[in-house]
Amino acid sequence: MAEKLELQEVEVWDGNMAFAQAMRQAQIDVVAAYPITPSTPTVHGYAKFLADGYIDGEFVLVESEHAAMSGCVGAAAAGGRVATATSSQGFALMIEVLYQASGMRLPIVLGLVNRALASPLNVNGDHSDMYLGRDAGWIMIDAFNAQEAYDLMLMGFKIAENMGVRLPVMVNQDGFITSHTAQNVKPLQDEVAYNFIGEYKEVNAMLDFCKPVTYGAQTEEDWHFEFKAKQHKALMDSSKVIKDVFQEFETLTKRAYKSVESYMMDDAEVAIVALGSTVESAVQAAKDLRESEGIKAGVVATRVIRPFPFEEVQSALKGVKAIATLDRSAPGGTLGMLYNEVSASMYQSEHRPVISNYIYGLGGRDMTQKELKEIFSDTKKNADAGKLVTPLQQFSGLRGPKLSFFN
Amino acid sequence: MSKIIKNLKQFSTSNDRFEGAHLLCPGCAHSIIVRELLNCTDDNLVIANATGCLEVCTAVYPHTSWDASWIHIGFENAATAASGAEAMYKTLKRKGRLKDPDKPVKFVAFGGDGATYDIGFQFLSGAVERGHDFTYICLDNEVYANTGGQRSSSTPRGSSTTTTPAGRVSYGNKKFKKDMVAIMAAHGAPYVAQVAPNKWKDMVKKYQKALATEGPVYINAMSACTTEWKFPSQDTIDVSDLGTDSLVFPLYEIENGHKLTITYRPRNIVPVRDYLGVQGRFKHLFKKENQHIIDEMQKAVDLKWELLQRREEAGI
Repeated sequence: MAEKLELQEVEVWDGNMAFAQAMRQAQIDVVAAYPITPSTPTVHGYAKFLADGYIDGEFVLVESEHAAMSGCVGAAAAGGRVATATSSQGFALMIEVLYQASGMRLPIVLGLVNRALASPLNVNGDHSDMYLGRDAGWIMIDAFNAQEAYDLMLMGFKIAENMGVRLPVMVNQDGFITSHTAQNVKPLQDEVAYNFIGEYKEVNAMLDFCKPVTYGAQTEEDWHFEFKAKQHKALMDSSKVIKDVFQEFETLTKRAYKSVESYMMDDAEVAIVALGSTVESAVQAAKDLRESEGIKAGVVATRVIRPFPFEEVQSALKGVKAIATLDRSAPGGTLGMLYNEVSASMYQSEHRPVISNYIYGLGGRDMTQKELKEIFSDTKKNADAGKLVTPLQQFSGLRGPKLSFFN
Repeated sequence: MSKIIKNLKQFSTSNDRFEGAHLLCPGCAHSIIVRELLNCTDDNLVIANATGCLEVCTAVYPHTSWDASWIHIGFENAATAASGAEAMYKTLKRKGRLKDPDKPVKFVAFGGDGATYDIGFQFLSGAVERGHDFTYICLDNEVYANTGGQRSSSTPRGSSTTTTPAGRVSYGNKKFKKDMVAIMAAHGAPYVAQVAPNKWKDMVKKYQKALATEGPVYINAMSACTTEWKFPSQDTIDVSDLGTDSLVFPLYEIENGHKLTITYRPRNIVPVRDYLGVQGRFKHLFKKENQHIIDEMQKAVDLKWELLQRREEAGI
């Protein structure tokens, strides 16, 4: 039986400690993990809790991230609560097994501390790893600060293990900017946190020998399509459960979460759509511009990335004249993911604002207030003209000559 | 607990946990090796299976040949899947959450030589080093049979495969077979053994010892492949007999990383060329210009046998 840890009303934690504490409180049965910067302190924190008797579970120290997710799949299929954490190259290495986890409908929770992908090698935060995983069939949620990393990690278990969902959940936070920056975090006490998540409920457990199960069967053109369609439906249907869990958490903590977060959008004419820690920076820039220049600026953030909240994006951006979508991942020969998703959402609405795309912050390059204000100011030009007068895709914060595409 | 089958009647009525209905080639040795494992114990079984012939032939939805808990993830990670499941078992047992806590559970992983010697080598090494309580059985047919007969690092020198075909200027595979049994023994695994389905009593005895052993066990099982070794499907056991009696596949076990015991000594040791001669994959070796490869193989087999005997004698 694990010891309880008395927590202060307000703790000073970085994002990694927030992950580790939430994982401790979830009383995970098996964690299989392999260290990689910047998620290492999540794993260290968990190991220390285990060493001090605050966790009663197995901690499998595997030899690679591929094995970490493989061990998680084996453990979850056996029938219990399972989680791990990783970043960047480690995430890339486990990609094969991410698809297996979602295909087998295993409610594994992965803390992904976002970091750039090589080459060139880079340990800092961008969203390349998050974007790499977006077709893997996982529920993907994004935390913008340490408090949210803690809250969403707790909620991640409850969403994944919901009997109507049974899908793996990935909780993202920005490498270093969030993961290594100490902030005030209001935690729940151990019992409250655990009771919120609830007891693990078995489904098709391999350790239930009354009913032997075959996991990972083969299907060809006769059945594969039906399996994948059902999996997609389960992922799409999970949006209701996600909202319910957000609501239940708000009732418990007074901390509100939405699939799409909106800031100062009531009367906004221009909006930035972003992810991660940039959201808070963009909110600051919008506030300043409202005061100094009277620009009606607002910010929209997709808290839930998969299943993509199309309708919520439409309603959050209803009424704006121009939108800048900010992608922190090298787009690989096309427009950024947020541009494509937001454009698709808005194309289906009666209201069609002008939408542009900014690639920024690759490899942990700071996103400054100056750049955010420039983006708002560009977007205002598009709003005033009622059409695109700036390049469709620009690189923001890049040294040297300006780069733009799809002009 | 070991299951003892005393007579033929009992054998014929014994409940098979590996069903006869599967898609393996007629004459494939895999099914013999696997069925004997599932039949040798009454304990509950969790089986992890690497991608390969066994996996694709026994779990094609909506059918399954497994009357046991079974999981297949990928080509490389059967040992890790077993690790994860075994870790979950330990936790749930400690926390009192198992439905039948008193009945023993055994964890077994199956992989071909591609999954074991090559792509899953690191995963197997990691699982054995961590000391999980499981038995890994390599179905060693010395070739990537499932993908069309390409060489693996278990393919013997001189074998013609689809990626090392014998040709006008080549005698086939030029590399030597990796000594996986020695490598696994070097991990310090408490029990490591080589088995062959034609010597089924020896095989079952080793299986029962393996399942009774606490900690990681590695078993290398010779699995004659009618398709890629190129022999008639009714000859599987005869070819296997030549494999063990020529000492190309010596049967032995190693306890605690050092104590070696030879478990089968052929009364009449047959020449290696007799074993090679019945298989199409070695046909080209009988050409005049390739005869030296056969001589070389015989020498290597003799040397290995000498080494095994001396190690057994030394008792360390």
